[in-house]
Amino acid sequence: MSASLHTVPSLPAERRPGCPFDPPAELLEAQQHGPISRYTHPGGKPGWMITGYDLVRSVLADPRFSSRKDLLNVVDFELPPAPPGEFLLMDDPEHSRYRKPLVGRFTVRRMRMLTERIEQITAECLDAMEAAGPSADLVAAFAKPIPTIVICEILGVPYEDRASFQEQIDAFMGGEVSDEELIAAYTATQEYLARLVAAKRANPTDDVLSELTDSDLTDEELKGISLILLAAGFDTTANMLSLGTYALLRNPDQFAALRDDPALTDGAVEELLRYLSVAKTFHRTALEDVELGGRTIEAGTTVVLSFHTANRDAGRFADPHALDLGRQAGGHLAFSHGIHQCLGQQLARVEMRVAFRALVDRFPTLRLAVPAEEVALRPESADIFGVKSLPVTWDAK
Amino acid sequence: MTAPRLTADRDRCIGAGMCAMTAPEVFDQDDDGLVLLLHPEPPADHRTAARLAVGLCPSAALALHDPAAGDP
Repeated sequence: MSASLHTVPSLPAERRPGCPFDPPAELLEAQQHGPISRYTHPGGKPGWMITGYDLVRSVLADPRFSSRKDLLNVVDFELPPAPPGEFLLMDDPEHSRYRKPLVGRFTVRRMRMLTERIEQITAECLDAMEAAGPSADLVAAFAKPIPTIVICEILGVPYEDRASFQEQIDAFMGGEVSDEELIAAYTATQEYLARLVAAKRANPTDDVLSELTDSDLTDEELKGISLILLAAGFDTTANMLSLGTYALLRNPDQFAALRDDPALTDGAVEELLRYLSVAKTFHRTALEDVELGGRTIEAGTTVVLSFHTANRDAGRFADPHALDLGRQAGGHLAFSHGIHQCLGQQLARVEMRVAFRALVDRFPTLRLAVPAEEVALRPESADIFGVKSLPVTWDAK
Repeated sequence: MTAPRLTADRDRCIGAGMCAMTAPEVFDQDDDGLVLLLHPEPPADHRTAARLAVGLCPSAALALHDPAAGDP
């Protein structure tokens, strides 16, 4: 092991041209030097960048590392605590007070029971896409509507509100609107959710949000929870579906393998999760001095965990930069690890299994309608990576 | 030879469902999403999946005690 300590330039770093699925060169280079590197947060504060699988996983499972927003030591000013209900940015016991009432709604069995409904939603999207074909923007026709409809139905967002709601979430998740637009979209979403919570409390319907009004959670807290569930519930899955399809189309042998073998579907979803890692990085702050990979992380220092490079760690996954749908990709960190591991992962799995399967079955000749390098990618400043649009075409039947 | 024995700590469980997904014959989730241990001493043909599930548990709520491997 090298004794010298590698230093990583501040993120965001853009991906290399022609390598839209790989982590930025700066992070891959850091990983070559070792699993932990010196890092300066964009706000100027010194920190650490963790790129190795084992270390990322161990930090995620370590209660000496905090998720609290107000402890983040990345800028010169103090950050406020997480708003009520936004439990991703809290530690226990606050975190589990919010998470506990939710986990029963997202179990493996309950999510599998949604399979038929998700197949129906997917078929309707594909019907519309086919009728308007033989070309489409896969993001607008497929990747966005499926998870949007699903999470809105689970939560209880009325059908007529979905389009405007999706636009607002797009604005603050896309990473490329001005601060003013960002605040406007965020405020509009907050106001909408406040009205929705009030409506569910007054007239409960058959959905998760109505069920939660029966708990001890306040309206403000329910609003925060709804925001997390909606944002996490569709931006992530939508980008997995669109970026995943792009990856399959750039690896035609893998596309053909999935198309020709339905038994490959579940494993393909895990491999796409590993390979793409659309939720790229997360932060943790040391609550005390912690020895990590031969270094001391001082109390109060914030580390960046690079999920994407961890999932490309050659020590954990052989030939890590190859998309190989047949591999055992289990144990990937795409849904994180530790107490914050994705609440909606079983829903995401069902959505992706259904949607990818139906897509390759319906359009066995699917291909890009533009040169591969012209597909517009989200900027690295977006929390969730993905494509902005994906022009595709197919042979009409 | 004593068979491997599983334990599940429902206080540590966060309801991610990794075990019920990985070894559905051995683990389930109750209505609150928390782990239910169906077979504390899983039959031989489910042991590999059970071992995998223990390794995948995000909150270290599961443990496998295998006397043959020297575990207590």
